[in-house]
Amino acid sequence: MPKLVSHPDEVRIISRRFGTGAENIDKYVELDGYKAAQLCIEKGPEFIINEMKASGLRGRGGAGFPTGLKWSFVPKNVDRPKYVLVNGDESEPGTCKDHLIFLHDPHAIIEGTIIAGLAIGAKMGFIYLRGEYRYLLKIMEKAVADAYAKGYLGKNIFGSGIDFEVVTQTGAGAYEVGEESALMESLEGKRGVPRIKPPFPAVVGLYGGPTVINNAETIASVPHIFLMGGEAYAKVGSERNGGTRLFGISGHVEKPGVYELPMGYNLKKAIYEVAGGVLGGKKLKAVVPGGSSTPVLTADELDVGLDFDQMGKAGTMLGSGGIVVLDETVSMVEFALRTISFYQHESCGWCIPCREGTDWLKKTIGRVYAGGGVEKDLDNIKYLAENMMGRTFCPLGDAAAMPTIGFIKKFRHEFEEYVRGNAGVSPAEHDAALVSLG
Amino acid sequence: MATEKRTIFSPELAARFDRLVTLYPVKRSALVPMLLYSQDEVGYISPEVIVELADRLDIRTNDVESVLSYYSMLRTKPVGKYNVQVCTNISCMLRNGYGILEHCKKRLGIGHKEVTPDGLFSLEEVECIGACCWAPAVQVNYDFYDDLTVEKMDQVLDDYQAGRGKVTV
Amino acid sequence: MADVTFTVDGKKLTAPAGTLLIDACRTAGIEIPAFCYYPGLSLQAACRMCVVRIEKMPKLQTACTTPVAEGMVVQTETEEVKQSRKAVLELLLGNHPLDCPVCDAGGECELQDMTFKYGAGESKYIETKQHREEQKWSPVVYFDRPRCILCYRCVRVCGEGMDVWALGVQNRGVTSVIAPNGGDHLGCEECGMCIDICPVGALTSDTYRYKTRPWEMNHVGTVCTHCGDGCKTTLGVKRSNDGMEIVRGDNRDKSGINNDFLCIKGRYAFDFANRTDRLTTPLVRQADGKLAPVSWEEALTFAANKLNEVRSNRGGNAIGVIGSNRTTNEENYLLQKFARGVLGTNNIDHHRTADYAAFAAALKGKANREASLRDFISAPAMLLLGNDPTEQHPALAWQIRSNVRQNRARLYVANHREIKLRRQAKAAVELPQDGYASFISYLAGNDGAFTGNDANDFREALRKEESLVIAFGSEFRGRDIQALVEFGLSMPNVKFACLGDYSNSRGAADMGLLPDLLPGYVPVASEHKFAEETGIEWPKQPGLDLVQMLDAAGSGEIGALYVVGANPVARYGVDPSALKNTFLVVQDMFLTETAVLADVVFPAANAYEKAGTITNTYGDLQLVKKAADKAGVRSDFELIVRLADKMGADPKKLVPFGKGVRADFGQSRGAQSGEADRHAVWLSANHLEPKLSPFDPFAIFDEIQRLVPSYNVPRLNLLAGNDEHVKSELVQIDTTGSRRDLVLPANDGLYTSGTLGRYSDKLAEVLASKTTEIAETAAD
Ligand SMILES: Cc1cc2nc3c(=O)[nH]c(=O)nc-3n(C[C@H](O)[C@H](O)[C@H](O)COP(=O)(O)O)c2cc1C
Ligand code: SF4
Ligand code: FES
Repeated sequence: MPKLVSHPDEVRIISRRFGTGAENIDKYVELDGYKAAQLCIEKGPEFIINEMKASGLRGRGGAGFPTGLKWSFVPKNVDRPKYVLVNGDESEPGTCKDHLIFLHDPHAIIEGTIIAGLAIGAKMGFIYLRGEYRYLLKIMEKAVADAYAKGYLGKNIFGSGIDFEVVTQTGAGAYEVGEESALMESLEGKRGVPRIKPPFPAVVGLYGGPTVINNAETIASVPHIFLMGGEAYAKVGSERNGGTRLFGISGHVEKPGVYELPMGYNLKKAIYEVAGGVLGGKKLKAVVPGGSSTPVLTADELDVGLDFDQMGKAGTMLGSGGIVVLDETVSMVEFALRTISFYQHESCGWCIPCREGTDWLKKTIGRVYAGGGVEKDLDNIKYLAENMMGRTFCPLGDAAAMPTIGFIKKFRHEFEEYVRGNAGVSPAEHDAALVSLG
Repeated sequence: MATEKRTIFSPELAARFDRLVTLYPVKRSALVPMLLYSQDEVGYISPEVIVELADRLDIRTNDVESVLSYYSMLRTKPVGKYNVQVCTNISCMLRNGYGILEHCKKRLGIGHKEVTPDGLFSLEEVECIGACCWAPAVQVNYDFYDDLTVEKMDQVLDDYQAGRGKVTV
Repeated sequence: MADVTFTVDGKKLTAPAGTLLIDACRTAGIEIPAFCYYPGLSLQAACRMCVVRIEKMPKLQTACTTPVAEGMVVQTETEEVKQSRKAVLELLLGNHPLDCPVCDAGGECELQDMTFKYGAGESKYIETKQHREEQKWSPVVYFDRPRCILCYRCVRVCGEGMDVWALGVQNRGVTSVIAPNGGDHLGCEECGMCIDICPVGALTSDTYRYKTRPWEMNHVGTVCTHCGDGCKTTLGVKRSNDGMEIVRGDNRDKSGINNDFLCIKGRYAFDFANRTDRLTTPLVRQADGKLAPVSWEEALTFAANKLNEVRSNRGGNAIGVIGSNRTTNEENYLLQKFARGVLGTNNIDHHRTADYAAFAAALKGKANREASLRDFISAPAMLLLGNDPTEQHPALAWQIRSNVRQNRARLYVANHREIKLRRQAKAAVELPQDGYASFISYLAGNDGAFTGNDANDFREALRKEESLVIAFGSEFRGRDIQALVEFGLSMPNVKFACLGDYSNSRGAADMGLLPDLLPGYVPVASEHKFAEETGIEWPKQPGLDLVQMLDAAGSGEIGALYVVGANPVARYGVDPSALKNTFLVVQDMFLTETAVLADVVFPAANAYEKAGTITNTYGDLQLVKKAADKAGVRSDFELIVRLADKMGADPKKLVPFGKGVRADFGQSRGAQSGEADRHAVWLSANHLEPKLSPFDPFAIFDEIQRLVPSYNVPRLNLLAGNDEHVKSELVQIDTTGSRRDLVLPANDGLYTSGTLGRYSDKLAEVLASKTTEIAETAAD
């Protein structure tokens, strides 16, 4: 079982019920569960959206889009059914926060889904987990069944006259399905290939109906916002970045784990204080701050606040909140290769720059890593990545290009060592292909 | 025709599928879960599974094939009774994921996507499985194992070998 | 929709709101490259070649998915845009086999063209390219996987366009691959649209693979010779030992009535022309009872003398003439003129596949009521009665599907069979096989005439339509056609199409290959202009129809039969012994069941080897152009003229040549081919001006246009290779008479084409493969 951690700097809102047995519906209710939903039924959509806007909650899936605003885009008077879709596909390397929510607080997700449904007038919600999370699906399924049994889901929820259905399901192994429109395709029983935008999901989404799609953590935050009030929630975080978020700190740290920290919390402090510093007292070399797609930061770039805007200014992204710490022993070429291998494996293959670009990046970096690289390859890696940026059909191409550009720019000297045969690793060691996936 | 539906699945699974297709606004939505559950029961997506799922959802068999070939957890060949999936993605890699993989290779005597001769184990190097903070992590079928060491990994494999299933760790 | 104004590369442009930027640019002559975009198919935005810079947008945008908007400012060829396109090409070329020197698409490849334009000459990669063996997916389709750039055009044209869905994408990422529905083979309609639409050489056809380079062919735009749809096709021809050989049939010129479409027959079934067992010398039955090759002089003289003998001894009515469904209008016209004017008989007919005469009678005097094939791509609503266009009129089926898909047109189907087009139908009614007439009566308001599920909804919906085209099959004949047209005319804006089977069945009827009707459906007994114009005496008594002629031959009433491009013996199951006392002259490409019985056989050219006009079943008139040539054969036109000449008729009366200023429009290959200019030789021998030729079909076309008002359409458009619709209201049929129903539907499917189809090896191969496929499925 994933280990729970804690630190005094944590502000526990979303993780408040972790480890308390709140997957049991009675326990959940005892801990203020389903109060927010009833409040929202009473107050109605306009109230919900206003509170959400006031909370300053920004999407926890990676892009950080203001949630209240997203919900407000759903057209009011349409005759097509509307849907709420919870994105629990959590597949960005370095990220395991939704995992804990499904495990410890499944009802928070159900309650958040109900509230999102109330806000936009949807009668149906889907909770989609990644295929590997079968054991979490079972927990979710039980929670949903319990909620139905109590009359919190189904016809006439909480005796309000409102109907709301929830269906849970999993994917079957595909990172790209985490992209919102690819997720809809997958849910419609198709290949996980993203859709052309516009139209955006809020207008034409699942089954052609207006759809709100949010990350599982975003949705799980929703009930708390109504329990504490939007403004109070906003205050916990930094400017234009309301509330707290679950940060997963992994890699070379003493106390890896998922910590709930206020938005804007200092990255360096998070690593050195909250997560106990670098493993074994080694020197820190680099940090991938928000999941594998975010550009790497070097040891001297860590004094930055963990929110969407500050991280943007620092030339990287807050992303999915998965902080991966690398100590001095890590080969950046190897790390870059493992990263690009992932994107090559996960590219859906739809568009040329991503499909071919990730493959050539993997091949070229792989060759450099194996000792067969030439100087020109390094320019080539940069050229390839730069020509993918912003030109692919969906952001997966960017997700592959961005970190690559970061590695080759900030650690070019290491790549050069490999090209010149000074990497300190014998080519024999590299003979075994790093990644055998495929 | 209408009286008795022929199915290759167990009565339980067939009944589950009958219900599953009614949950969604569009029948086809059930395809991905159905593929997974079929695989759980049959061991892999056999041609017969494809035909029956296509029939149940009123789609073409090549639609089923194109969907199933997209998802990495779905397979068209049998694997071992216990499919050992070792994550080597970044967080696990930093915490000896490759060491675990190498160890499994040695102990089981098989490589990536291979099956032991007795059919008990198969091995797979997989992408991030969402357990980064508890790295290195491994999944055996749907069971999660995290914070592994070579010793713990041995224990896990021993348990399966002895037919105990998920007990340790 | 309202127009919007926007700027592209500094030019102010206007287009209806909602137009895609890529289309708006192309209309304005600004070329935007694209692999995945294909007009009329769903949008993909996958290739990223069409990227452009739009002001106020952070990233480059795909022109294929961006609708034009008021005030939009676009740059299509900035350095950034060019670089982006170049990068895409570099990525593609990284794994592309670059086997252009042997690739079928070399010289006709969009990847080559783009690379030439944007330059991606430098290879950035040293990895070895992945090689994979090419796969044979069907008797006609090959797939060369490494060449594929995954533009998904084939997948879409097969699915959306053909409604076949035989292609899909499998795997993901860089292992993504186009895969056929049968695992390693295709189960499909073999239309070859996927090959046509492939921008590179990933999909190639068995008939053309490794045959030649595109620039070594002449490309001749003409009309397919198979079904009644008359698709425009381009034949690639190449010099061979004995003429010009057809090496490819395709649809590079998409301006025809078939738009993008060609079916398997149009694309591959030209191969009959290249068969080695084609007749290339005249044959005359010898004393030993065997057919033997003889000189042209001998064969023509023999045939002419015999025909003269029968005519003078027993009268013209002892001679019968059977014409063809695949010869040109000029040939058909000439044949009936020869029959009536030279042989002196109205015993002339052809294999009728639809009751065009009844249709002509029903539409007489009603202008603009006949639908062109083109109408089916734009009509807001369509009613299909009988027939199975997917099998019998594939181009019509394509137009109907496209119209439903692209314009949300409504299709109504009433049929006694479960036809594929029901999938596109808004409403469908199942009729009993003999229930068509009563259904029309029901539609016309006679409630008691028909009872059936959905019939009422069908009628209600249909009656709400304000503009409708009706296509009906050979289930309708005679009075039923009349009733159908009457019902149709009770609705607003209705047009009709009568579906018949072969490339010029319609022309055969229009041109008077009928015992009682002259060209333009003028009754033989009526006062008409033909006699006066031609200075020939035209018999007034209606002649024998085809069945009567065959019977009369059996009973000895007919002494001679002249069969041009037809195979009545096989088609009507004639007992060979019934013809043993008849002098039989046959013109054909092959020694058919009819030809083997003949006393004289003339080796004939086919429609790909001659010029003239033909009329498809919808009344669309088109020009056929001479593409191929085969030493030894002659056009039916020339054969008729020569036979008439030998019989002593005045060729100048038969073919009023020399009136206009025209030479022979390519009927002979001329001195250049190394063959003596046989026309010139003949003309000099007859003291005629060698530049004017009695073999000029246009001399007859002139006469047709003078004497058949419905064919008097503007000619320039025809000459430019476009279609003109005949004016069916101008026929002169006597609408009161009723005639015997002699319609015999050909019942051809996608892979058959009457006798002609049997001589296509490719069709035979495909047919055999389908039969095994069906047998295998049945065995499962
Ligand atoms: C390639 C790709 C993968 C993604 N994967 C996930 C994911 O696993 N989980 C997730 O919540 N969002 C993921 N996203 C982001 C979603 O597209 C979407 O922005 C998000 O679900 C919106 O929810 P939010 O506003 O609550 O963040 C991914 C995006 C891309 C482009
Ligand atoms: S960038 Fe293109 S190929 Fe990559 S995942 Fe997105 S659509 Fe698919
Ligand atoms: S044509 Fe626009 S992306 Fe291919």
